[in-house]
Amino acid sequence: MAQIIRITDQPIDLQELVEAVTNERNGGVVLFSGIVRRWNEGQEVHWLEYEAYKEAAEEAMALIAQEVEQRWDTTDIAMVHRVGHLEIGEIAVGVAVGAAHRAEAFDACEFAIDTLKATAPIWKKESWEGQDGQQGQKWVENKV
Amino acid sequence: MSAKVTIKLFASFREAVGEGSLDWPLPPSGSLTAGELLTALVAEYPALNGPSKAARIMLNHQYASPEAILKAGDEIAFIPPVGGG
Repeated sequence: MAQIIRITDQPIDLQELVEAVTNERNGGVVLFSGIVRRWNEGQEVHWLEYEAYKEAAEEAMALIAQEVEQRWDTTDIAMVHRVGHLEIGEIAVGVAVGAAHRAEAFDACEFAIDTLKATAPIWKKESWEGQDGQQGQKWVENKV
Repeated sequence: MSAKVTIKLFASFREAVGEGSLDWPLPPSGSLTAGELLTALVAEYPALNGPSKAARIMLNHQYASPEAILKAGDEIAFIPPVGGG
């Protein structure tokens, strides 16, 4: 059993996540990484600033790992979310799941990132610029 | 020393209040629910008035209902719509 659950202000090492869930029981490993992208709803993004309720977010992620274990019979999951100032192209979140077969690994990984986005107390502020040159900052909510 | 709870505020709520953490005294008699505390907080910080309608509540790191009754030493957080990932 391998589990990584972490909120960090350091760059995310995807290789660490993959290695944590790779073992002789698992024929499939799925990795999701969420990246800061340049464009959001027609506006150019300059940077994102992530903020977390660290202890509660890690507890929410631990609950997700528990549910993954119950539903897909694997305990090999690694979830790391970054906080602080992120530039375009940086990795904001990484989720890796290892399971016996690929179908479980895909399903469990999708469930884990979807549930993290819906429940983990984490926020992001976006610095944006419109095509008309207008600029601003706003808190961006996940669509549910 | 009187009984109190700690209120945690994040993102837009933290900016509206100007603090990430507040101590809040519990009433000396009777009880206070999480929802009643939010109402009292909004009364003191009117900038929370609109945004607080979308708040979820976490009590000691777990999602809780507005009816949850607060105890001395509790950590209560008002959670604006989340944006992780």
